Amino acid sequence: MELLMNVVDWSRAQFALTAMYHWLFVPLTLGLGLIIAIMETIYYRTRDTKWLATTKFWMTLFGVNFAIGVATGIILEFEFGTNWSNYSWFVGDIFGAPLAIEGILAFFMESTFIAVMFFGWNKVSPRFHLASTWLTAIGASLSALWILVANAWMQYPTGCTFNPDTMRNEMTSFLSVALSPMAMSKFFHTVLSAWVLGGTFVVGVCGWMMLRNRNAEHCRRSLKVGAWVGLVGIVLTMVTGHSSAVTVAEHQPMKLAAMEGLYRGSTEQPIVVMGLLNPAKTAENRERTFITEMDIPYGLSILATSDPHAFVPGINDLIDGFTINENGDTVNTISYAERIARGREVQKALALYQQAKEQGAQPAVIDSLKAVIDQDFRYLGYGYLEKPAEAVPNVPLTFYTFHLMVLLGGYLMAFLLLALFFAYKRQILDKAHWNKWWYRLAVITIPLTYLCSMCGWIVAEVGRQPWTIQDLMPNKVAISDLSAGYVQTTFWIFAVVFTALLIADISIICRQISKKSLTDLDSVNQ
Amino acid sequence: MDYNILQNYWWLIMSVLGALLVFLLFVQGGQSMLISVPNRDKRSLLINSLGRKWEFTFTTLVTFGGAFFASFPLFYSTSFGGAYWLWMLILFSFVIQAVSYEYRSKLGNVYGSQFYDILLFINGIVGPLLLGVAVAGMFFGAEFTVAKANIISETGPATISQWGPLHGLEAIACWKNLVFGLMVLFLARTLASLYFINNIDDEEIHRVQHRQLLVNGAIFVVFFLASAALILTASGVRAGEGVAPERVEYKYLSNFISMWWCLAVFLIGTLLVLFGIIKSLLVKEFRRGIWFAGVGTVLVVMALFWVLGYNDTAYYPSLLSVDSSLTIRNSSSSHFTLTAMSIVSILVPFVLAYIFYAWRAMDRKSLTTDELKALDEDDKY
Repeated sequence: MELLMNVVDWSRAQFALTAMYHWLFVPLTLGLGLIIAIMETIYYRTRDTKWLATTKFWMTLFGVNFAIGVATGIILEFEFGTNWSNYSWFVGDIFGAPLAIEGILAFFMESTFIAVMFFGWNKVSPRFHLASTWLTAIGASLSALWILVANAWMQYPTGCTFNPDTMRNEMTSFLSVALSPMAMSKFFHTVLSAWVLGGTFVVGVCGWMMLRNRNAEHCRRSLKVGAWVGLVGIVLTMVTGHSSAVTVAEHQPMKLAAMEGLYRGSTEQPIVVMGLLNPAKTAENRERTFITEMDIPYGLSILATSDPHAFVPGINDLIDGFTINENGDTVNTISYAERIARGREVQKALALYQQAKEQGAQPAVIDSLKAVIDQDFRYLGYGYLEKPAEAVPNVPLTFYTFHLMVLLGGYLMAFLLLALFFAYKRQILDKAHWNKWWYRLAVITIPLTYLCSMCGWIVAEVGRQPWTIQDLMPNKVAISDLSAGYVQTTFWIFAVVFTALLIADISIICRQISKKSLTDLDSVNQ
Repeated sequence: MDYNILQNYWWLIMSVLGALLVFLLFVQGGQSMLISVPNRDKRSLLINSLGRKWEFTFTTLVTFGGAFFASFPLFYSTSFGGAYWLWMLILFSFVIQAVSYEYRSKLGNVYGSQFYDILLFINGIVGPLLLGVAVAGMFFGAEFTVAKANIISETGPATISQWGPLHGLEAIACWKNLVFGLMVLFLARTLASLYFINNIDDEEIHRVQHRQLLVNGAIFVVFFLASAALILTASGVRAGEGVAPERVEYKYLSNFISMWWCLAVFLIGTLLVLFGIIKSLLVKEFRRGIWFAGVGTVLVVMALFWVLGYNDTAYYPSLLSVDSSLTIRNSSSSHFTLTAMSIVSILVPFVLAYIFYAWRAMDRKSLTTDELKALDEDDKY
């Protein structure tokens, strides 16, 4: 294994492992936090203690999940320094700011008010308690906002300029970083998808309780809120999914091409609904792309540009220099081979610039070198690549996860529509002889939603490879000066610790649901 | 605003966050005492008292890291990637803490509550000890070099900061760092006793914690004096603008003398810590020692950060190449970023205000056994 994987691979594997574990818990915190806040609001307005009992039931599960989300999150922030130290300097001037703001504004809000939410029932007024529950939910979403702003900047570096004196990128516009179209579409798409998970979690847990004829009234109360939040979430996730695709088409066309397994594009480009990729196909051969496929005519042109007749470039088109500009037009710019050459020229100019500054060269010499750097800096990262094909992400992984995500998204839309229908027309479900199958389907839908959510992140992160920062810094340049053995050791420690914690987390949640469902969830001891 | 002023301002912010973090380590100090409490009810009281505060420590650590990244990214890049094992051990200890409170008393926790108590104990010892070691490294230096142009090296890209093969293990093995780390550990335990006396209304716990306070307070004072002596006699790196960095004997002592206000804050803080400990020991009914010692701790740590970074001092001296030493001038973010972040920092007083308000609302009454018994099983730790 050591021979097959180097420190770059292990560093990537460790970050992927910790990020994926973290993402198992965050969406439930975001989704369930909103649902609990809505339930407590209903209790506050009606003073019906049944709603209080229901709120407390879900709050217990929220607490168990929240703790492990916090535990897995701390690693990610510090890993930028421990495993990606070149990256930390090269873009820390921009990337650090959202992380700091997250800590100061969002994380403190979340951690202050969650204590009131859990332990303040008899210590603070009902109004203050309700405010605390909402502020916990809002704090979690604000936390997600700043993290996603930081992540979006890595996918679409904007609002910055390179300073050759400090050898780093420096921020020039905070608003461009915080409000970039990539950041906005990423934030809404991600947080809304978390509402879907919160919704299906509530529907699924209620399905399990209904299978055992436990606390039917509590389930019906929960189902209405859960199904509404889930349905609103999935509808808006689909809308923001489209805007995400448009943003990706504009700023990361290689990712879009990988998502579709598109090597040679065309006008009126169809979208692949389902397909089986030919494993032998690469950007460097002429093998056919699919063994079999099913298309929708014009689909990808519409998705990427909102114009059914538009040209969408494929992987080889992009390598040859075609891309889509911000007006949605296809333009022939600079081939990847040329980008590699220009990137190397920039690196040489940078080295000469450093020497010239150290030796106190004439300002004219320094200015001329700086002009070379400024002109082609955007290709700096390409200069580290050996060949154009190195800029192509893992197509099968990106393609299959994207299509699985879309497929599961469609299923979740249908499922949540039905769930909402049955939440209001419960007599239909009660009388149906197949109602137990529906409840079982609700339970199975929980892991399917997790799978859908995880696929989304794989598309986002694998699809932008080999870049740590799009076009500027490939992974192999971003890492710390560590041996593969060191990172391998911490990788396995994380794998064991997080897996052990996950087992405990699932076990506790299952036992809590089982135990509490046997109590009367229509009343509460205050 | 002037770039130098912004850099100084952000070092001040870091000193405040670092000082709050050290104060909040009383949570870890309390955890380190838990397994020596045989009575389950009493242990439960201690854990539930700490359990309502652990997130503050955790959040402050995360914010401290994020703020360091944003304001002094070269430190983030150099120290975290270089002292890999030191930081990883600190992080592992906090990972296992975060879940332990929530899981320890829950049905189905798989490994039993004793297991989670051991995890809390590990975090209680390792967290303060190694955070102390990490901060000590900023006084006594570390073996690294920094060359920003490495990223475009002709022989292929290399890491900007280069370290020896031990990657932080050598920092843990350094006796000076360990003395500082032990000082932080026993400070955390001392503050924990003061916190328990303040936060829990239970005669037996008060009696035990007064005994703990005497022992831990005495050990803390010994390590505090030793650490102070080490810092005041240590050499540091002077790195003024336009002057080549150089190693200077008694740099931190001369900083205290040059910055009299810093020395005053340090001495006032020290007196407050000692007052909090001694009065709590002498007057059994006195339960506010945590506030005096807490404020004192914040002042002392802030003064140490100022001595570390101000007055043309390298706050992270390199033992291999004095030119590579990090200062608040050569390691900070750009003028623009510090300005933008400073605007955001205007909101910090509001954040502190709501934390204070919520804390006060929750702690208006001390925790008692009766309150704990009245709680729903799932609301207890």
